[in-house]
Amino acid sequence: MMFFFEVLIGGLMSGIMYALVALGFVLIFKASGVFNFAQAAMVLFAAMFIAGMHGDWGVPYWMAIPITILLMLGLAWIIERVVLRQLVNQEPIIMFMATIGIFFAIIGFAEIIWGSRSRTLDIGIPDQPLFIGDMLFQQYDIVTAIAVAVLVVLLLIFSQRTRMGRVLRAVADDHQAAQSVGIKLNTVWVVVWFVAGIVAVVAGIVWGGALGVQPVMVDVAFKALPVLLLGGLTSIPGAIIAGLIIGSGEALAEVYLGPIIGGGIDNWFAYIIAMAFMVWRPEGLFGEKIIERI
Amino acid sequence: MTTPFLKKAAMIGLGAAIGLGSVFAAQAQASEQYLPSLVYRTGPFAPSGIGFADGFADYVTLINERDGGINGVRIRLEECETAYANDRGVECYERLKDRGNGATVVAPLSTGITYAVIPRSRRDGIVLSTMGYGRADAAYGRVLDNVFMVPTTYWSSMTATLSYIAEQEGGWDNLRGKDIVHAFHDSAYGREPLAVLRHYAEEYGFTLHEMAISPPGVEQRSVWQQIRRINPDWVSLYGWGVMNPTAIRTAASMGIPRERMIGGIYAAQDDAVLPAGSAAVGYKAVTFHGPGADYPIYEDLQRYVYDAGLAAGDGDLTGTIAYNRGLINAGYIIEAWRQAQAEFGEGRPSTREETLWAWQQLQIPESRTEELGMGGLMPPVNITCENHEGDGRVLVQQWDGENWVQLTDWIDTNRELVEPMYRESAMRYAQEEGITPRECD
Repeated sequence: MMFFFEVLIGGLMSGIMYALVALGFVLIFKASGVFNFAQAAMVLFAAMFIAGMHGDWGVPYWMAIPITILLMLGLAWIIERVVLRQLVNQEPIIMFMATIGIFFAIIGFAEIIWGSRSRTLDIGIPDQPLFIGDMLFQQYDIVTAIAVAVLVVLLLIFSQRTRMGRVLRAVADDHQAAQSVGIKLNTVWVVVWFVAGIVAVVAGIVWGGALGVQPVMVDVAFKALPVLLLGGLTSIPGAIIAGLIIGSGEALAEVYLGPIIGGGIDNWFAYIIAMAFMVWRPEGLFGEKIIERI
Repeated sequence: MTTPFLKKAAMIGLGAAIGLGSVFAAQAQASEQYLPSLVYRTGPFAPSGIGFADGFADYVTLINERDGGINGVRIRLEECETAYANDRGVECYERLKDRGNGATVVAPLSTGITYAVIPRSRRDGIVLSTMGYGRADAAYGRVLDNVFMVPTTYWSSMTATLSYIAEQEGGWDNLRGKDIVHAFHDSAYGREPLAVLRHYAEEYGFTLHEMAISPPGVEQRSVWQQIRRINPDWVSLYGWGVMNPTAIRTAASMGIPRERMIGGIYAAQDDAVLPAGSAAVGYKAVTFHGPGADYPIYEDLQRYVYDAGLAAGDGDLTGTIAYNRGLINAGYIIEAWRQAQAEFGEGRPSTREETLWAWQQLQIPESRTEELGMGGLMPPVNITCENHEGDGRVLVQQWDGENWVQLTDWIDTNRELVEPMYRESAMRYAQEEGITPRECD
């Protein structure tokens, strides 16, 4: 039984890591209706700049992180100017295709500057095992969970309690109606991509610390996708809860079903869990039900 | 009047210059040995590919700059980016095979690309140099006469890994009752050594735990929780790319001693340990060449390549495992051409037939590796008609936090076990593909 709880808690911790990446997708979709394919590239971009500045130029982490956050602001501004501004009121699929282009452009740009080799990103988060009784926990996970909790609280305050948060929700509901009441769409998009950029910085630090910073980091997006399917594309708490379900579900499946059906099942089993929930709620657990008049 | 005349004259002059240039370029190309280089400097596995590509290119540059080529025949290297994707690898092969005076040898640098280009290379008569990767059964030379596994295979190297474990345990008899985990990339690559492991488990009475890790392996916690529960005596790691450092890091966080983890030949590179940071200290791996840069060849590289500003990379990967592999792969290819020239005539590029002939009896004794400045770095080679691998010997290295430290000398592999396995698998392949195995004296 002890082992079951150890696996369960480990899975929940993995789920928090997945939710961290999923949050970036949710923020942009929530505010602009765009599924941002480039979110994982933004995570890699942030991690490469932090690790690159520290490793190649000797910039301390406490300086490299704020510089990277500023870079994310610059990136958001460029994306709005060069891509999004040209596509106002276009079909969502056009915007989605544009974000695929942004994905490759961001990775290419980061690789031109920092190269493709792997780098370490160790900002000092402890990674030693921690035993409570006979149960093993990871200090790294605990620190990550606290960081994500703080981030989610800040995002919820930003979304629910600030004027800009209300503006973002208005834009998400209807671009044209928001524009008609004087909301500047361009500014809103820069803000929301910047906020998603900050989430990418946090995800880059956490995932870069766990995996090392290398191009394959973008694959964490495939861990975030079932979380999005399950939690819905518009809910911040949904991303967290779905992350916990997916993380624990795939871990338990790997341990208890894996030996029966050959092991290595966690990747696809996460999608099975998400799809099983979607049969019941196609919009995801916390997604908004879309009703369109014909 | 003057302007059209001048224009016409200029056009004629330009045309003549281009024409003459083309003639000289064609002549130069005809006297050069063309060498396509399939590389992956971009994409998800680039951290492993860049060092190899740099080492490969730098060795070719060294031979051109220091020796003026092979008996005066300069080597023209052309890279093609595969991003480790099979389709792009095949495209590179097809695009480059007839460039220059024609490719005679290709190192596909990927098991998937190797599988894809084997039929094409047989049709074209081009040698495939697949250093440790690709089809292990190509080591049986009677079936695939143009594919060479020099200097080892997954199967051979696994027998050496188990020899090392047995030695550490005080003898083969002491393996009885032990638990050995094989944590592997859930792919054909990761499953390659399973047959060898199962054979040894049965013969020596240890329990083999096969733990598949789904690629790319960015999250492995649940697998390592199970491994921790097994409390294994040894762990064999067969990962690739990001799977390796993540496995090492996760194992460390579960309290699994890294001194009891042994990576396979492709879990032995610097990108397996560097991203794992201090968690990788003590981790061991088998490799088919010496680690580090303490070999005479590096003095020549410094003088003729790095100091001359001709290095392929920015110099920070020299002495890494991937870089050394690039050096020795280029070394094998160039030695084969040298032996082809010795047989068929010096001072001209070798043809495909001549190159194939040279590979089919490639002999690089230890004394020659020392002459090349690669004694201890490059494993000696002894190829015969039937044996396209050589001795398959490997050594064990350990990561000390900054460098790989060589722990053992070359470890002999179990030829009595692997050679019949090669033969059986290769003959099955021959039957499937309708290949008539050639006769060997």
